[in-house]
Amino acid sequence: MATFHLNINGKKHQVDVDPNTPVLWVLRDHLNLVGAKYGCGVAQCGACTIHVDDVALRSCILPISQVGNQTITTIEGLSQNGDHPVQKAWLKHDVAQCGYCQAGQIMSAAALLEANSNPTDEEIRTAMTGNICRCGTYVRIKEAIKTAAANS
Amino acid sequence: MTLIKTKYNRRSFLKVSAAAGGGMLIGFNWLTSCTSPVEEGIPMPNEWFEINGYIKIGNTGLVTIYSPNPEIGQNVMTSMPMIVAEELDVKWDHVVVEQGSLDEDAFKNRQFAGGSLSIMRGWDVLRMAGATGRRMLLEAAAKEWGVALSDLTVSEGIIKEVNGDRSIGYGAIASKAVGIEVPEEVELKDPKDFTLIGSFQKNVEGPKIVTGKPLFGLDFKREGMLLAMIEHPPAFGMTVKDFNRDEIVAVNGVRDAFTIDISMDDPGFGNENAFPQMIAIVGDSTWQLMQAKKALKANWEIESELENSEMHAQRLKRDIDQGEVQETRKDGNPEAAFTKAAKVIERTYTAPFQAHNTLEPMNFFAHVTTDKAELIGPTQTPNSLRESASKLLGIPEENISVDITRIGGGFGRRLYVHYGLEAAAISKKTGAPIKLIYTREDDMTHGIYRPAYRSTYKAGLDENNNLIAYSVKGVGFREGAIFPNRFPAGAVDHYAATKLKSETNISTGAWRAPRSHFEAGAQQAFLDEVAEAAGKDTIELQLELLDRAKNNPVGEKYEYEADRYAGVLKLVKEKANWGAEVPGVHRGFAAYFCHNSYVAQVLDLVMKDGLPVVKKVWCAVDCGIVVNREGAINIIQGGVVDGIGHAMYSELKFENGVSTHKNFNTYQLVRHNQSPEEIEVFFVENDISPTGLGEPGLPPAVGALANALYKATGQRYYHQPFAIANQDQNAFDISRTG
Ligand code: FES
Ligand code: FES
Repeated sequence: MATFHLNINGKKHQVDVDPNTPVLWVLRDHLNLVGAKYGCGVAQCGACTIHVDDVALRSCILPISQVGNQTITTIEGLSQNGDHPVQKAWLKHDVAQCGYCQAGQIMSAAALLEANSNPTDEEIRTAMTGNICRCGTYVRIKEAIKTAAANS
Repeated sequence: MTLIKTKYNRRSFLKVSAAAGGGMLIGFNWLTSCTSPVEEGIPMPNEWFEINGYIKIGNTGLVTIYSPNPEIGQNVMTSMPMIVAEELDVKWDHVVVEQGSLDEDAFKNRQFAGGSLSIMRGWDVLRMAGATGRRMLLEAAAKEWGVALSDLTVSEGIIKEVNGDRSIGYGAIASKAVGIEVPEEVELKDPKDFTLIGSFQKNVEGPKIVTGKPLFGLDFKREGMLLAMIEHPPAFGMTVKDFNRDEIVAVNGVRDAFTIDISMDDPGFGNENAFPQMIAIVGDSTWQLMQAKKALKANWEIESELENSEMHAQRLKRDIDQGEVQETRKDGNPEAAFTKAAKVIERTYTAPFQAHNTLEPMNFFAHVTTDKAELIGPTQTPNSLRESASKLLGIPEENISVDITRIGGGFGRRLYVHYGLEAAAISKKTGAPIKLIYTREDDMTHGIYRPAYRSTYKAGLDENNNLIAYSVKGVGFREGAIFPNRFPAGAVDHYAATKLKSETNISTGAWRAPRSHFEAGAQQAFLDEVAEAAGKDTIELQLELLDRAKNNPVGEKYEYEADRYAGVLKLVKEKANWGAEVPGVHRGFAAYFCHNSYVAQVLDLVMKDGLPVVKKVWCAVDCGIVVNREGAINIIQGGVVDGIGHAMYSELKFENGVSTHKNFNTYQLVRHNQSPEEIEVFFVENDISPTGLGEPGLPPAVGALANALYKATGQRYYHQPFAIANQDQNAFDISRTG
């Protein structure tokens, strides 16, 4: 057990956990931030995607001990009122089916647009390949990212 | 004008009362599915009357519809309230849809009724509830103003006098409508007058989903709740003997560890389960439990044969002739016709086991005390769970509540109740509220899998290339692979179909469009090959057959409506501009009927760096009246991606009873860059009551993909997954490793 000081969604948190604990479980079990989802635990599905200093990372394999002073953003903190251009585009295109993968998809998409404000279809397909949608909403995800790119 | 009864004998389908805080509350029996099987003529049991759906018309005019339906991503939480709102005649943006919240007073003693108890379809019930509300509000206004009902009209929640100036909103009259007697019969709208039904409406939970609200079972939390994980035997055919309990309970954060047994003498529906005994570990946090699982050292006992994929292939090969026959159909004399035929084509198709892999793994909350149990989580069959939990715990059903969270994917997996029962057994033993969580590995290796299948199709053509004989034999584990009375039954003079089953100790069950997805792939690829041999266009051949089935049907009744079937073929042909050849673009066609809906698809693919890329899929759909066009298109698109993905990439193999795939690093699911670039959906417009949408989009995609791949590669695709399996006709007989 060790104590960690975290900056998550602009707020300071302190947790006392095993240093190997992945950030995903610190968020979900200890801080009651359950927006990041568990789908595989081995960085294969992207459901757990968060931003660490603006880079999209799979929180299921990121030990809490490696966060250091970096700031964490989860889906809950992506925007104040759920009005990030990606979130708005997701609603416009009615992307979700079961919805379970979508927090991770949105976090990946937001990071993609942060790095490349006007991605081509091909760039979207490549960038989003780490996020599985078992319900098969890929066509809508691509359209929503294009809308978000145009509006941000 | 359609009239619909609100009573059966003297029992009303509805209850009306004053709403807390003002307004009117209509309670009714909201069925669990829009496409629940209709069991005509079954007398209604006395205890059937279980209120679980509510419409609240508040005195502000805001309408709240409480939906008890499990939302697994099929959009029922949006589309079903739309049906109510249409008949009630209110503006959609004055409607709020809520999943019966767990602390909501109205739901304190809520019990769920299953579709099997219903004598009416969900469609009718929802319309009736809305129409009753509208009628009672109108009657209240008529009484208030001293005019006849016929002097009033209503639109978007505003009642108006036909020849007068007075008008009143629903909100202002709602409290008075409570005193009106529930009419015995109400009038339903003519589908031509629908304004909300058929429109594009967004998922009502969209804003919560995109902001990461705790909606799912895995997100559920209760004060004082502990977490639990299970370790099931590593192989099918094994059971648990003992384990290093002392070491496990010494792991940080572990409170207890023990074995549980959820087997019962008289299992009910949905109780499929290969591992009734397993190890359970209870603790404080998920990560600590994962560590404890790694530290487990258990002794397992072999109870039955440890199977492997080669053995499965051999069994299916044997049982396609020797398996237990489940259903047959025979018209004419196929044997004689095949001997006479100028050309005979025979092909065998196979598909492997597959996991459901809902993205949210199995999980359930349970709080069991001596005489009560509370169960909360992602299930599609709360009634079955309650029934089984009652047997397992020895607690009467009325003391067990089952509540449903939003469900992170179903595909058939959440029809099975074992994970809810496991949670109950763990809570009982622990004496505390617990939430059971499966790891992905637990989920994938403890599946109720789509079984492996094998079918052999045979067609006989005469010298004029007419299809004179057709036969199919289809075998699967526990359930045969085909539907003998579906197309082309009724369309061929000499026809034989035999559905057979084989046995395995691996748990199998329903997987999105059970059997249909395999049959559609195999049959539609086969007919494509037959059309080629006959020198005919593949769509023309099927249209000819449908014509025959309609005008001069062969034999006993068949399952589909030939006209509606032909309708989707023609629609997709037109929309995709079938027949126009684009260089480098390879087109495949397939159609299928299941869950009372008809879907035809044209799929275009190109080869890029030696790999197929699906450019576009056109879908023509006849599912009767489309309730929510937005949701309907989304779910059909999802079905196409699912069909392509599983046919192309996914398989589960076994070695010594152990699934060789445990997580998404080895089990391949279709990803964004492998998904079609565009999917366009067209609906046949008609006035037929809505039929299935969640499943019918998937099956034709398998056939359309196989046929397009053939055009692209010159190779016919017989064995799934297409991207991996050896496609030689005989390959499957030897080994699945190709
Ligand atoms: S849960 Fe982290 S990538 Fe799947
Ligand atoms: S919406 Fe269900 S997994 Fe993506």
